[in-house]
Amino acid sequence: MSFAPRNARLRDLALLLGMAVAAAAAYYAFPDNLAFATRVIIMMIFVLSLDFVLGVAGITTLGHSALFGAGAYAAALCAAHGWSEPVLGVIAGAAAAALVALLSGLFLMRTRGLTLLMLTIAVTEVLGELVNKFSDITGGADGLDILMGPIFGVLKFDFRGQVGYIYAACALLLVFAFLRVLVASPFGLAARGIKESPARMRAIGAPVYWRLVAIYAIGGAVAGVAGALSAQSTSLVSPNVFDFQLSADALIMLILGGAGRLYGALFGALVFMSVHQVAASVDPFNWLFIIGALLLAVVYVAPAGLLSLPDLVKRQLRFSR
Amino acid sequence: MNTFASICIDGVAYGMILFMISVGLSVTMGLMRVVNLAHGGFAMLGGALAHFGMAALGLNFAAAAALAIVVVVALSAPMERLLYRPLYRMGELQQVLATIGITFLMIASVSYWLGTSILEIRLPSTLSGAVNLGFRTLPADRVFVIVIGLIVIGALYLLVERTRFGVKLRAAVDERDAAACLGIDTAKVFSRTFALGAALAALGGIMGAGLLPIDAYYPLRYMVLFLVVVAVGGLGSIAGSFLAALGLGVLDTAARYLAPAYGTIFFYVAMIVILGWRPHGLLGRTES
Repeated sequence: MSFAPRNARLRDLALLLGMAVAAAAAYYAFPDNLAFATRVIIMMIFVLSLDFVLGVAGITTLGHSALFGAGAYAAALCAAHGWSEPVLGVIAGAAAAALVALLSGLFLMRTRGLTLLMLTIAVTEVLGELVNKFSDITGGADGLDILMGPIFGVLKFDFRGQVGYIYAACALLLVFAFLRVLVASPFGLAARGIKESPARMRAIGAPVYWRLVAIYAIGGAVAGVAGALSAQSTSLVSPNVFDFQLSADALIMLILGGAGRLYGALFGALVFMSVHQVAASVDPFNWLFIIGALLLAVVYVAPAGLLSLPDLVKRQLRFSR
Repeated sequence: MNTFASICIDGVAYGMILFMISVGLSVTMGLMRVVNLAHGGFAMLGGALAHFGMAALGLNFAAAAALAIVVVVALSAPMERLLYRPLYRMGELQQVLATIGITFLMIASVSYWLGTSILEIRLPSTLSGAVNLGFRTLPADRVFVIVIGLIVIGALYLLVERTRFGVKLRAAVDERDAAACLGIDTAKVFSRTFALGAALAALGGIMGAGLLPIDAYYPLRYMVLFLVVVAVGGLGSIAGSFLAALGLGVLDTAARYLAPAYGTIFFYVAMIVILGWRPHGLLGRTES
């Protein structure tokens, strides 16, 4: 935006380029793990959305999977009713999730703190139960099997997941660029202001409540993209998408990486999912020891997230000199 | 009429269990503003220890339960000092992350120690029958749970309203800084409250094993349930927790009996309505 310094915009471009290079490197380095890599990318998009809502605007939510699930079911229902073009499915997912976020946000954004936390959980649970209840539309507890058509009618998904990976990676780059621009815009500044002090924002004339609703709806759209991609990449959607566990995991990844700066979301998702994957394959029963110890270590050593570690080390070195 | 009676007794018993487990969480959250997602872990540890005491050590129910509660208190005190105390000064997000980490460690410890299957706690055979009240017979185990719950509530009332510790606790919950200025050692009040809350959670976990089965993933599975009771009751309010636990317990039981196809939907809709009406919970203080 106009008041963002030039070198900041250059840095953003370099960051995007770096992400694209990293995604390509992962593509060639782990040709047999593309399904897992795709899951990581989808999770990154989801955690990015949570970072915008929680890290940037300070909306404490433990019900982000409601929006993920809305996106997943919207995309799956599109595909099940003959709208099998994936990009359209993602757009439908984003729209559905934004709508759910907007409608629930009208109510949720009037509350704060523990009450907000609990209400977001309740909204998720109610949505999950509704999906279970209306099984003639949603397939109930069994979920929906879907068949995706080729992207733009041209690119078919392959069995090794190469197309799916590239598709998800492109979505991630677009989402990241979008959120980066948004956070640097006056709207993003207002969001940060609301996080720092809602009272002061109100005092300078900002419509805090409506800003929060808008932020929640935009975050919802991004979470819906992640949900839609997840349904499309696994060709399946089930009520699990509304699990509390998913919201909690996303929150863990965000705080792990460091909230409020977007790339912390990417890093946290990568670290958490990798540790999860490796620890679970080394010892399927006791991997929670490793994750639990990691979480505690981060909180006590680097409370602002793993990405604050370099700064911490730098400061330590300066003091010891 | 019979269904109605079943709903009442099952619901009240369920509510008593929810109250025992959640009240410690409510008071510690009200006192220190620490979001403790690991609280259900103490209920699980109590249940697991009681199971171990009965299955491996051959103790009877009462002895195993007593031993379990003592061990949970013994574990909770150093945990409070080492793990929780640094958290009081941190932000909400760090508290969430750390207490989820503690929950994971508890789950991993119990599944490493006793496996991931359901840990059965068999009530003494005298409680498996029915109690004859003259006009109606009631299942003895439910009556037992309700009686224990009433004793806990009575004891808590006396403790909070009639003892010096209770005065300090109320002062600290209401106005922590002012209480500290008046010479109340709030850190000590908190560590005692924390241990008491853990003990009650362990008791609730053991007594409620028939309704909320104990296994390693217990603290994650019921984390939301206990938080709902706290939020609906109002942070730091014992009476609020009691009202919320009883009301939600009866409501959830009624929904299970009358409309099982709808799952937990009534439970959560009720919570949305109550929190929409009173955002700080039934008996929560409105200004904070």
